[in-house]
Amino acid sequence: MLSYLVRRLLLALPSLLGISVILFCILALAPGDPFSDLASDPSIPPSVAAALRAKFGLDDPVYLRYFHWLVAMLHGDWGFSFASRIDVSRLIMQRLPTTLFVIGASQILALAIAVPVGVYAGVRPYSFFDQVASSLALIGFSLPTFFTGLVLILVFSVNLHLLPMVYRTDMGGSGLPLAWAYIRQAIMPVMVLALFQGAPWTRFVRASVLDVVRLDHVTTARAKGLPERVVVMKHVVRNAMIPVVTLVALQMPVIFGGAIITEQIFRVPGIGSLLISAILANDTPVIMGVTFVFAILVILFNLIADVLYGWLDPRISYR
Amino acid sequence: MAGSTPASPIAEPVLAGGAAPPLRARHESLARESWRRFRRHHLALVSAAILVLMTLLLIFGRVIWPVAINDIDFAAQLTGPSFAHPLGTDDLGQDVFARMIYGGRISLSVGVAAMLVAVFVGVFVGAVAGTARGSVDMALMWLCDLFLSLPQLPLLLLIIYLFQTTLRKLVGMELGTFVLIVAVIGGFRWMSIARLVRAQFFSLREKEFVEAARALGASTLRQVVRHILPNAIGPVIVAATIEVANAIIAESTLSFLGLGFPPDIPSWGRILYDAKDYLDVAPHWALFSGGAIFLVVMAINYVGDGLRDALDPRRVL
Repeated sequence: MLSYLVRRLLLALPSLLGISVILFCILALAPGDPFSDLASDPSIPPSVAAALRAKFGLDDPVYLRYFHWLVAMLHGDWGFSFASRIDVSRLIMQRLPTTLFVIGASQILALAIAVPVGVYAGVRPYSFFDQVASSLALIGFSLPTFFTGLVLILVFSVNLHLLPMVYRTDMGGSGLPLAWAYIRQAIMPVMVLALFQGAPWTRFVRASVLDVVRLDHVTTARAKGLPERVVVMKHVVRNAMIPVVTLVALQMPVIFGGAIITEQIFRVPGIGSLLISAILANDTPVIMGVTFVFAILVILFNLIADVLYGWLDPRISYR
Repeated sequence: MAGSTPASPIAEPVLAGGAAPPLRARHESLARESWRRFRRHHLALVSAAILVLMTLLLIFGRVIWPVAINDIDFAAQLTGPSFAHPLGTDDLGQDVFARMIYGGRISLSVGVAAMLVAVFVGVFVGAVAGTARGSVDMALMWLCDLFLSLPQLPLLLLIIYLFQTTLRKLVGMELGTFVLIVAVIGGFRWMSIARLVRAQFFSLREKEFVEAARALGASTLRQVVRHILPNAIGPVIVAATIEVANAIIAESTLSFLGLGFPPDIPSWGRILYDAKDYLDVAPHWALFSGGAIFLVVMAINYVGDGLRDALDPRRVL
């Protein structure tokens, strides 16, 4: 098991390197350069501008610049935010917990909806329940997050005045009222993301259950006289979850995309809204840092999926 | 298999033992047969009708409703739907209906163009990987996996942020944004199509009819273009349909985050972006634009569902 984990970790490294190359290429190919202002400024002699360029290594060959950049990133030196005047790494660490909380809560909610509904629909294909569930899943699947978010705000904040429109982290108070306030403001963002993910997952789970439910081992289990609950839980669901885990891992980039939009709509102070505000403020170091953090998170979740996969499917050898 | 579940309610039951289907008295072309199956998926049929109507409205809307999209009228700010303005007005008193007609063209053409980019790249990569095997295949699939694990939206935003000014200067505001958005969305969505095509190639290239073509001396290119690709295209059509919906959502997302089209080119996402700050006083503005995106995306998804059942009756999901 341990060697399997280590091997997966080693396999993740090339992907991370590949992503860093792509990120750096985008940045290197982009027009404009941080010293273009210097070149056009008549009060700075060309020799000084050239010396500055040489000092910051802007005229080095591309592979050297990439290497310097990579070493700096690995050292945790992610640069300095132009807009907030603090280190990018500190800024991101401040914001990351909120994002992880919102994403985590919504994923748990989405799975809690998708797995039972998908299994129930898959075990009784084309029944009334299945048709309703499938239609709802397709509708949920077609609802863009920004639209669901706005509709929820319209209904629950503007019309019913039930839930706060803006997510805050600086609320006063303590104890239970504070906890309740936190939960209340998290309801809508979590719901939006959970709906966004729950709908496609219901489809995945249903399709996957449909594939498994007529296999011989399930018939055998029924023939042995096992209660239906045991047949479904032990013989169908566990096998059906194997492809679902892969699909969930493949969806990770999409989930982060949804999280960015949701954070932007509800002003959740996570790294997604940090990214948008950094882009609108031309704060390049922050943009790079946040994008890189998203890449790391995607790879991390793929890794977790791989481990889960090995646990769910004993046929996968840990060699 | 102890029993078999039909992949969809409209799929015909498979005959026991995989026996040959009964000979039909009249030969039926593939297109006809697909149409016959597609027709049975009522929701898909209704959705296709909605899409056709909507496209016609977008194309000829300017004739029916000749109001300028930037006709500012401060006397009618943020008014609800009325006879003068069927979908109400926005914060500058501009007619939302006229803007929606204009924006729908942009949103739909971005969707279709980005789908074409994705399909073109995907079919090319998948065909090369499926034909070449070996190290080329491995390298291409590694690239595919790498692209699949990229955080797409942050990268989309990053690329648009970095390149938009240059491209807009180069070919003009509208065209520049259009080309950039189409290229980036298409460039990040070809992977699933490439995998589909590659998998199809792996099974098709071993079939007898390809072997026959090879034995007759057909070059690799001819085998691929004349024999393998036409047979691999069914699932690609389905995936391409869904891609249009995805691309429309992606464009709306970019515009909604303020990084898509500028305010004087109101795509549906952009209208929604402008409307979101007036949710309390003019909810109609956001509801119409968001609802249009939702309706089109849902219709496309249903059509994709119907097409899958029609073209690929054995596949589940």
